[in-house]
Amino acid sequence: MAEKEYILFDKDTQAFIYNMQTNAVQRMLDFDYVSGRKTPSVAAVINPTGSDSLQKFFFGPKEILVPVYKSMKNAASRHKNVDVMINFASFRSAAASTEEAFTIPQIRTVVIIAEGVPERRMRELAAKAKQLNKIIIGPATVGGIVAGAFKIGNTGGTIENIMDSKLHRPGSVGFVSKSGGLSNEAYNIVSQNTDGLYEGIAIGGDRYPGSTLLDHLLRFEKNPEIKMLVCLGEVGGSDEYTIVDALKKKQITKPLVMWVTGTCSKAFKTEVQFGHAGAKAGSDSETADAKNAALKAAGAVVPSSFDDYGEKIGLVYKELVKKKIIIPKQEPPVLKMPMDYNTAIKAKLVRRPANFISTISDDRGEELIYGNMLISEVFKKDIGIGGVLSILWFKKLLPDYATKFIEMAIMVTADHGPAVSGAHNTIVATRAGKDLISSLVSGMLTIGPRFGGAIDGAAQMFSEAYDVGKTPNQFVEDMKVKAVNIQGIGHLIKSLHNPDMRVTIISDYAKKHFKSTPLLDYAREVEKITTSKRDNLILNVDGCIGICFVDLLRSELTKQEADEYIKMGALNGLFVLGRSIGLIGHYLDQKRLKQGLYRHPWDDIAYMLPEK
Amino acid sequence: MAQKAIREADGKRMIARLLKDYTNGKYTIDDTFVTVGPDTDLKTLPATYKWLTKEKLVVKPDQLIKRRGKSKLLLLNADWNDAEKWIKERMSKPVTVGTVTGILDHFIVEPFIPHNETDEYYLAILSERDGDQILFHHQGGINVGDIDAKAARMKIPIGTYPTAGDIEKQLLANVPKERRSLIVGFIEGMFKFYADLNYTYLEINPFVVSNNRIFPLDLAAKLDDTAEFVSGKKWGGITFPSPFGRILSKEEAYIAELDSKTGASLKLTIINPEGRVWTMVAGGGASVIYADTITDLGFMSEMANYGEYSGDPNEEFTYLYARTILDLMTRKKNPKGKFLLIGGGIANFTDVANTFKGIVRALKEYKEKLRENNVKIYVRRGGPNYKEGLRVMRELGEQLGVPIEVYGPETHMTKIVSMALKGGK
Repeated sequence: MAEKEYILFDKDTQAFIYNMQTNAVQRMLDFDYVSGRKTPSVAAVINPTGSDSLQKFFFGPKEILVPVYKSMKNAASRHKNVDVMINFASFRSAAASTEEAFTIPQIRTVVIIAEGVPERRMRELAAKAKQLNKIIIGPATVGGIVAGAFKIGNTGGTIENIMDSKLHRPGSVGFVSKSGGLSNEAYNIVSQNTDGLYEGIAIGGDRYPGSTLLDHLLRFEKNPEIKMLVCLGEVGGSDEYTIVDALKKKQITKPLVMWVTGTCSKAFKTEVQFGHAGAKAGSDSETADAKNAALKAAGAVVPSSFDDYGEKIGLVYKELVKKKIIIPKQEPPVLKMPMDYNTAIKAKLVRRPANFISTISDDRGEELIYGNMLISEVFKKDIGIGGVLSILWFKKLLPDYATKFIEMAIMVTADHGPAVSGAHNTIVATRAGKDLISSLVSGMLTIGPRFGGAIDGAAQMFSEAYDVGKTPNQFVEDMKVKAVNIQGIGHLIKSLHNPDMRVTIISDYAKKHFKSTPLLDYAREVEKITTSKRDNLILNVDGCIGICFVDLLRSELTKQEADEYIKMGALNGLFVLGRSIGLIGHYLDQKRLKQGLYRHPWDDIAYMLPEK
Repeated sequence: MAQKAIREADGKRMIARLLKDYTNGKYTIDDTFVTVGPDTDLKTLPATYKWLTKEKLVVKPDQLIKRRGKSKLLLLNADWNDAEKWIKERMSKPVTVGTVTGILDHFIVEPFIPHNETDEYYLAILSERDGDQILFHHQGGINVGDIDAKAARMKIPIGTYPTAGDIEKQLLANVPKERRSLIVGFIEGMFKFYADLNYTYLEINPFVVSNNRIFPLDLAAKLDDTAEFVSGKKWGGITFPSPFGRILSKEEAYIAELDSKTGASLKLTIINPEGRVWTMVAGGGASVIYADTITDLGFMSEMANYGEYSGDPNEEFTYLYARTILDLMTRKKNPKGKFLLIGGGIANFTDVANTFKGIVRALKEYKEKLRENNVKIYVRRGGPNYKEGLRVMRELGEQLGVPIEVYGPETHMTKIVSMALKGGK
C-alpha cells in the first residue's frame, strides 16, 4: 500500500477488480511477472452476480488462485492492504458501485472504466471523492500504468507492446492524457525519446472526469522520481486553463511538454463532436489553438504540431540529462514471458499429438457435420434415422434398402411388453421414484446373454458355423454335443404353424431387397432340422434380425469389416437402441399412472430357509 | 454520448408536462404550440388546433439556430394566413445564418403573448464541474445584450438546491417586490426540473410575466444523453437533431447507416471533396490528430475528409467503408495527384492484419482508378500482429502498381502526413 500521498500505485499495491474480467486480470498479472513483482497486483475479484469462489490465473509460468467475492465489504475485510478498486461495472451501475467503494475506508483510489456515466452523477461523485479525500480515475478510460510497478486493467495493450515501450521498468516521465486509446501511442513516443515512462494516466474523455489533467500533473510534480511532465490535452472544456494557471503560479516547475489536440476543428463549418464526450468546442477559449497558445505563453513546451511532439519531448529530456537531473539507468535483465499455448498454436510455433481422435462428426464449424455430410444436407436428402445411424456407426451412408432395414430392426425391437426383464426392471425402478436415466439404465443393464443378447449371439454362432463350412446338420449336432442352446432358435409360444409375424416381415424384406442372403438361407435350413424335433424351435425374431444383419453388412462392407463390427457388438447396439424407446415408454407410462413403490408379494416367494 | 441540444418544442413540452411536479402543482405552463415539419399538412392544422385561427401568432424555425430574431427568422404578432405564407416561403429552402447554410425544415408556431418590455426576464442554468450556475437578469429578449456581463449569478454546489430566500437575495434585487415570489418559485422549480432531468444547459430568454403567470417565450436547452437510462422516460420520445447546417451527403449518410449497424465505430465527414488529402484512420483520438497535423502543416484547404474506424469492425464493414472513401477520392482527377493516409496509433488488442483485410480488398478493386488518379498511399500502424499487416500492405503496393509506403511504430504516428505533403505544397 502506497504511503506517500502523491503515490497512488507502487510495486506493492494490490487492487480489487470489480466484475469478472478474466482477460484484464490476466493482463495485469502478466505485467506483474515481467516487472518482477513478488505479489500479484490483483488481490481479489468482486463479482456481485456470482458467488464466493477461487479463480485460476497464470503468474508467469505458474498458476495461482485468485479469490472471488460476491460482496465488496467481505473482500475488504479479508484483504486489508488493498486500497485500489478497478471498477469494470457498466455505465448503469458504475456510479453505485463507486459509491459503495467510498464507504470502505481502506479504498483510496477507484478507477471507472465504463463510458457513458451520466455527467451529473459523475460531478456528484467527484465532489464526494474530494470531501472523502479519495481519488477517481475515469470514467471512460483504459486506466493508467506505473512502469514496472502496477498496471490498471487493459492499459498498455499486449505484453509485446509493454516490452517494446519499456513499460516493465521505470523511467523519468510522468504522462497524462484524456484519451486512453492514444496512451499506447504516447508511451511509445515517450520510450523512443526519453529513458521511458514513470507513470502514465488516462483520465478519460468525459466532460467531467473524476480527476483532472492538473490533479495528476500536481502529483507528478511532487514525486521526486518524475523529472519531466508530458501531457496531451483536447479541444473542449477548460481544464487545460487550470494547467496554465498552475504554470503561472509556479505550482508546476518541472518541464512540461504539452499538446492540445483538435486544432483541425476550424476546418469544420458546423460544430463537430469528436470521439470523446468532452471534445467539443463551445466557445473560442475551448478551441485547441487557444489552449495551445495559452500553454505556450505560460511556459509549457508546445510543439507546432503533433508531428514534432516526440522531438520536443526528446529535446527536453536531453537537456535534463545534460544538467544531470536525469541520470540514465542501466536496463534491468528482461524476464521472458511464457507464450500462451493458443497464441503459439496460432503462430504455428508448437505442435502436440492429440489425446482424442474423432472420425465420425465435427461440431466446430458453421454447421454440424455427420461423417462428411452437413446437418442441413442430412435433412435435404432425407436419409432418416437409418441413414444417420449408418454414417455414425459404419462411417458410410448405406443404400436406401439397408437404412430402411435398420429402421425396421429398431421398430421391431422397440418394445416387447412389460413382462420381459428390461421393461420389468425399468418399471420397478420407476416406481421406486428414480429418474428417467436411472430407470432406463436399470432396464438396460439386464441386456446380455439371456435377454436381448440373442441378436448378437445368433449372428456370431451362425456366421461362425457357416464360415467354417459346417453343414446345418453338423452345426445342430455339434451344439447338441456341447449341450449349448442355439441362439436365435426357439420361441415360447410361436411355432412353425403359428409363425411370428415379426420374423415373417423381416425375412420377407431381406429376401426381396438384399443382394444375397446366404446366412439367412443357412439358418432356414437349420430351422428345418430343429423344428423337426420340436414345433416351437423356430428361427425367432432376435435370430432373424441378427442373421439378416450379417448378410446386410457382408454385402455392403468387406467381410473383414463386417465381422469386426459384429465382434465389437454393433448388433447389441441395435437392440439397446431399439429397446430404449420401449423402456422410456414404460418409464413415462408408470409416471403418468402415478404408480407407487412396488413390493413383491410374499405369497409369490417361496421362503425355504434351513430349519432351526 | 455527450451533451446534446434539443428542439425548443421538446423543451417547452417537457416544462409544460413536468414543472407542476417540481413545484407542488403551483406552476402550470401552457403547451399551446404546434410543430410544423416538411410533411405537416398546413391546410388541416387549424382544424386540430383551434387557437391557430383565433389568436395572434409567433412563428420561428426550431432547428438549434441561435439568435433567430437577429437573423430575421422570427414572425411576430401574425394571423394564421400570414403564418402559413411565411412558413411556405421558407420550408425546405436554404438559409444562411452567420457562416452556416442549412435547409429549414422545422418550425414552431405559438400564440403571441402581448406584453411590455418590462415584463421580460432572462433565465439560464448551466453546469460546471463543481456545481451549477443560475443566471438571471431583470431584462430579457433579443436586445438583452452582453448577458455574461449583466446577469446576476448564483452558484449551486453539486448535490444541493437553492433556497427561496437565497434566490430572492442573490438574483432578484432588481425585480419589483410584488413579482418576486412568483419568479422565485419558478426559478426554484426550474432548477429542480433541470437537475432531476439531467439537463446540462437551459436558457429561457425571455420569459414573460403576465396576469401573475409565467410564459417561457424562447428556449434553448441541452440534455446529457448518457442519462437516457435514468431520465429517458420523463423526457418522452425526443430526438436529438443534427446541428443546423449539417446536411449529410449520400456517402456520409451511408457510413452513418453502416455505423448504426455495428458495435464498432465508422465515421465520415467530407470537408472538401476536391481536396487532395484523404484519410482513413483507426481510432477516435488518432483520427483527430491526423486531421490536426494536416491542418497544422498548412494543408487545411487540401483536407478532403475526416474519417475514423475503430472498435474492431469486421472485414465486410471495413471493406465497405474503405470502398466509399476510394470511390469519393477517385471521382475527379487532379493533375497534382492525391494522397491516401491509412493511419493509426498502436492498437491495444485489435489484430492489425485482420483489420487491413477489408481495406486490402477495396484497394484491389480500385487499383485502376487509383493509378489513373495518381494516388500515393501511406500506411502507419502498430499493435498486435502489425508486422504481418504491414507486410501485406507492402506486397500489395507491388502487386497493384500503386505506390504504397508502409511504416510501423518505430516511425512517429503522424510522420506520414509530412512525408506525403512535404513535396505536395
